[in-house]
Amino acid sequence: MNMKKLATAIATVTVALASPAAFAAWTLNMTPGITAISRRVYDLHMIMYWWCVAIAIFVFGWMIYSLVRFRKSQGAVPDTKLVHNTKAEIIWTVLPVLILIIMAVPATRTLIETDDASKSELTIRITGYQWKWGYQYVDSGVEVLSTLDHASNAARQLGSGIDPTTVPDYLLNVDHPLVVPAGVKVRLLISAQDVIHSWWVPALAIKKDAIPGFVNEAWFKIDTDKTGLYRGQCAELCGRDHGFMPIVIDVRSKADFEAWLKTQQAMQRPADPAAAAVATAGDAAAPTG
Amino acid sequence: MAYSATAESHDHHDHRPSGIWRWLSTTNHKDIGTLYLIFAGVMFFVGGSMAMVIRLELFKPGMQFVDPAFFNSMTTVHALAMIFGGVMPAWVGLANWMIPLQVGAPDMALPRMNNFSFWLLPFAFTLLLIGFFVPGGAPAGGWTLYPPLVLQGGDSFPLAVFAIHLMGASSIMGAINVIVTIMNMRAPGMTLLRMPLFVWTWLITAYLLIAVMPVLAGAVTMLLTDHFFGTSFFSASGGGDPVMFQHVFWFFGHPEVYILILPAFGVVSEVIPTFSRKPLFGYEAMVYATASIAFLSFIVWAHHMFTVGMPLAGELFFMLSTMLIAIPTGVKVFNWSATMWKGSLTFEPPMLFCLAFLFLFTIGGFSGLMLAIAPADFQYQDTYFVVAHFHYVLVPGSIFTIIAAVYYWLPKWTGHMYNMTLAKWHFWLSTIFVNVLFFPQHFLGLAGMPRRIPDYATQFADWNMVSSIGGFGFGLSQLLFPYIVIKCIRGGEKAAARVWEGAHGLEWELPSPTPYHTWETPPSIALIHKGGEHWTEDGDDA
Amino acid sequence: MSQSHAPPDSSKYYLPHGTPWPIIGSVALFTTMLGVAAWLNEWFGPEMFALGLTLLAVMFVGWFRTVIGENQQGVYNLDVDRSFRMGMIWFIFSEVMFFAAFFGALFYSRTLSVPWIGGEGVKVFDKIFLWQNYDAAWPTNGPAHLGPRADGSFEVIPAFGVPALNTAILLTSGITVTIAHHALKAGNRTVLKVFLALTFLLGFLFVSLQAKEYGEAYMHKGLQLSTGIYGSTFFMLTGFHGLHVTIGAIMLTIIWLRTLRGHFTPTRHFGFEAVAWYWHFVDVVWLGLFIFVYWI
Ligand code: HEA
Ligand code: HEA
Ligand code: CUA
Ligand SMILES: [Cu+2]
Repeated sequence: MNMKKLATAIATVTVALASPAAFAAWTLNMTPGITAISRRVYDLHMIMYWWCVAIAIFVFGWMIYSLVRFRKSQGAVPDTKLVHNTKAEIIWTVLPVLILIIMAVPATRTLIETDDASKSELTIRITGYQWKWGYQYVDSGVEVLSTLDHASNAARQLGSGIDPTTVPDYLLNVDHPLVVPAGVKVRLLISAQDVIHSWWVPALAIKKDAIPGFVNEAWFKIDTDKTGLYRGQCAELCGRDHGFMPIVIDVRSKADFEAWLKTQQAMQRPADPAAAAVATAGDAAAPTG
Repeated sequence: MAYSATAESHDHHDHRPSGIWRWLSTTNHKDIGTLYLIFAGVMFFVGGSMAMVIRLELFKPGMQFVDPAFFNSMTTVHALAMIFGGVMPAWVGLANWMIPLQVGAPDMALPRMNNFSFWLLPFAFTLLLIGFFVPGGAPAGGWTLYPPLVLQGGDSFPLAVFAIHLMGASSIMGAINVIVTIMNMRAPGMTLLRMPLFVWTWLITAYLLIAVMPVLAGAVTMLLTDHFFGTSFFSASGGGDPVMFQHVFWFFGHPEVYILILPAFGVVSEVIPTFSRKPLFGYEAMVYATASIAFLSFIVWAHHMFTVGMPLAGELFFMLSTMLIAIPTGVKVFNWSATMWKGSLTFEPPMLFCLAFLFLFTIGGFSGLMLAIAPADFQYQDTYFVVAHFHYVLVPGSIFTIIAAVYYWLPKWTGHMYNMTLAKWHFWLSTIFVNVLFFPQHFLGLAGMPRRIPDYATQFADWNMVSSIGGFGFGLSQLLFPYIVIKCIRGGEKAAARVWEGAHGLEWELPSPTPYHTWETPPSIALIHKGGEHWTEDGDDA
Repeated sequence: MSQSHAPPDSSKYYLPHGTPWPIIGSVALFTTMLGVAAWLNEWFGPEMFALGLTLLAVMFVGWFRTVIGENQQGVYNLDVDRSFRMGMIWFIFSEVMFFAAFFGALFYSRTLSVPWIGGEGVKVFDKIFLWQNYDAAWPTNGPAHLGPRADGSFEVIPAFGVPALNTAILLTSGITVTIAHHALKAGNRTVLKVFLALTFLLGFLFVSLQAKEYGEAYMHKGLQLSTGIYGSTFFMLTGFHGLHVTIGAIMLTIIWLRTLRGHFTPTRHFGFEAVAWYWHFVDVVWLGLFIFVYWI
């Protein structure tokens, strides 16, 4: 890289560090998300993080102290008989065990909760294709096909000459988002047509692989006050355009959602009663964990 | 085990063929070690150049230089070259050089097979790299080779499969040689619990290799038959499952990452005592910890698969078993710290690189532990957080310790000291840039940037630029390494037999440079005790 | 390369000086594999593959001649012998792990993926949405009923026919090779020769019966490599095993030829033992196959 770019970069870093608020893009952390589960995941992440920081302070502190205190140049004389200390060794074996147990408890709880998709009120089938997402509202038969939006697609071509920063939500925008209701427990049934994809929306803390020939389950219940657009991406390498199959969910209030579904249903073919029956059957047979 | 070495012709003992044939036909462990190390160095640069293409394309958003498919090939081959061409051969090279010296053996136990296991590698990588020139381009399905995607590969697909078969055969033969050398060729008196830790960690690594490389071979064989012979191992329509490949792959893949790091633990356990002028703290605990890590590595594989939709019981099992690995690894970290405690520390280049290892590997271990938490991994999986994790354990983990090992033993090999000042520059530049390179990738991953993408949303632009700058800086700093090494081979201040003041162990009882044949008569018990792992100041064996 | 002038000194560990065989072997394997890849990719025919195999054969013959020659000169002391033994044991272990991958595939598909596709356990929706007409069972060729027959049917080879006979054959050959070994140790070379010959004859008998079964399966039973997961696991496991039996039987034949030439002594016979171990390994794998592939 040439010097000018380097200088710009260094300048950017300096400015950004000096005024973090001014640059939203210097994101450092995970999103707490818009569901109870996603916030638990976020908390779990933060708990883990702080434990690691605490252990790091201890371990690195110890090392740094040794590095400073026991330098030969400062006249340190080695204690060559110090090769064992049963008490210390027991402590540093048992203490981590305890810490790990403390970590494991909330992790296990959260995991069990994410697994329980029963009692959902709405079921959406998601199918990954190279390179787009298909959505089907199982009970009503409404279908949506979701691909990268035109502006991003034009800009992302090699040598397009279009500056990505001028494209709104570059690479994170789709033509038809997945519309979902807030405050409703939604079950996702995820699969794929060709290769493995992975449906990931950070705000929901859901990442589930879409595997051809198999159906995976996930669920979410979005807080009623969190309407709006949330974005995600395909998270499993699926070939050439893996980087170009984003996900957008459009969270609406329950009423708005139902209205939207009605119009869609009217536009598309009427509901397939078989599909609805199948969905109910699935619910009854749903595993509980 | 009373023996010493006999060679084919005693009349012209140090006779070796000259020119290229010497290297093609050699059965000498030092020659073969050198070949391995050179090969590893070349592949490090090949793989590193591909990483530079990746960082260049990711320098800013928008597609600048390469086609997305080519980008995926870069990612895939970068990883394969680094892991199978860089780190693993480097460890085998060091094993070849050092294990016979350290256990008092005249050579590796099976010298002809030793040559074979090396020479398969250049051919394996030729097969792999030919892939760039065939229709469909080089493999682009990621180093994890997941079907069905990998089955969409072009003509390079069978080449890659066979390349992996050859690498596997090479690794298995190398591992057998290490095991047999250690179990059968130790000098009398060199009991198992007197072996230097580098020997111990390599012994355990060799067991891992023999256990998992064949499984990888089986996995890619099934890919091959699925692609060409109509089997349906990985296709639901025939009753198989793409996820089955992931299980088989990671049954290999997870132990594989410990194959990459256990010898590193060995090197650190050699270097830190030397420059602390104090025996290793908790020698036996170190051995048991290494063995525990190896054992655990067989039962944690599906932590790479938390998002595939495993049954809950599976997720729980793999989460909890993975967390357990922190315990033996912690024991190691604490023992290293305790070795420095009340030592008399100096900071020569090998020590510096090992210190960077201590700090940065631990950071990588912490992020590994975060990844082990299944619900949190739903957010981390396949993001740059994972990329940050594994580069922290691989680059300042494996690569730094390989560099440390070379700086530690180079004077022993060449008989010359190298340029300490330049080596320290190499250290400082590497350590600073490796953090600039990989630390921001934690932020990128948490902010939601997936891995294996050639282009990204603009909100990821800033940290990517920082990371790329770090990458170029790190890459350029590595040019110092071959320069320093080649200069040291060519000449330099004469190195003493015991190169480092605090060094203990059989290799330091030999002259520098080591003669072409060493320990043709095994070292005496007195010598083994003097240099052994349990040395103390007054010379006796604790 | 250079021939030994010095008389064998059994107090020393023999270290060869330079060898051409590994590099020839590497070139051979490279040629073979590039040849297969070229063939599979239809770049050109199997010529390169054949060339590679030829070279590989040359390498094996040359390498083993060298080693056997050295052995006959008595340059290998007991330490070298022990290295060889350990090497062989760990090589066999690596082979065990190779088979483990395929057994893993068998167990996984039988106990997990096939039931899942049929909608069992956590995957009820697999059946509801994707494979409505499929009921999990074993043996199976999957919901798409893959295979050569138009109606998607196929038959399996019953365990208690030729496979049981083959089990008996292999087990017997395990006994004959043990008898040969005891005879060798007792210095009874006639028994050694006879029972060794019996062993590899049984081995080749096994292979030919297996080949006949394969022909049957391919021609008349609709059971091929492409017959879904059953065909895949069946042929992968039995095929690799059959390959191992063939290699083992060839090795036994070579060992037999060596005994005819008077090689091996009651106390030193690594070559014999290595092949015998290999043969037992092949035997044990077959038992696993018989139980898990044919029987239950
Ligand atoms: C050298 C290689 C190496 C090493 C040593 C490790 C070590 C560890 N790794 Fe890592 N890992 C990789 C290489 C490595 N890994 C690679 C290459 C991948 C990605 C593959 C791919 O997808 O391409 C990966 C991915 C990976 C994942 C999957 C992520 C995902 O895809 O979603 C997980 C999840 O559990 C994980 C966990 C761990 C853990 C728990 C350790 C542990 O061993 C770490 C233990 C160490 C410590 C914890 C620090 C020291 C300990 C203490 C100071 C004691 C006190 C500490 C506590 C009590 C917390 N790793
Ligand atoms: C031992 C293993 C190892 C090592 C040493 C490295 C080293 C490096 N890796 Fe690697 N990497 C992996 C193993 C490793 N990696 C794996 C397993 C993956 C996952 C692949 C997958 O997803 O399938 C991966 C993926 C990966 C990615 C993600 C790609 C993606 O998801 O699309 C990135 C991106 O930054 C990256 C960067 C780097 C960099 C900059 C280095 C640097 O440390 C390299 C430094 C070395 C050099 C640069 C070479 C020496 C110098 C020169 C040749 C001089 C010329 C230099 C200049 C022009 C500046 N790696
Ligand atoms: Cu679809 Cu990645
Ligand atoms: Cu792992």
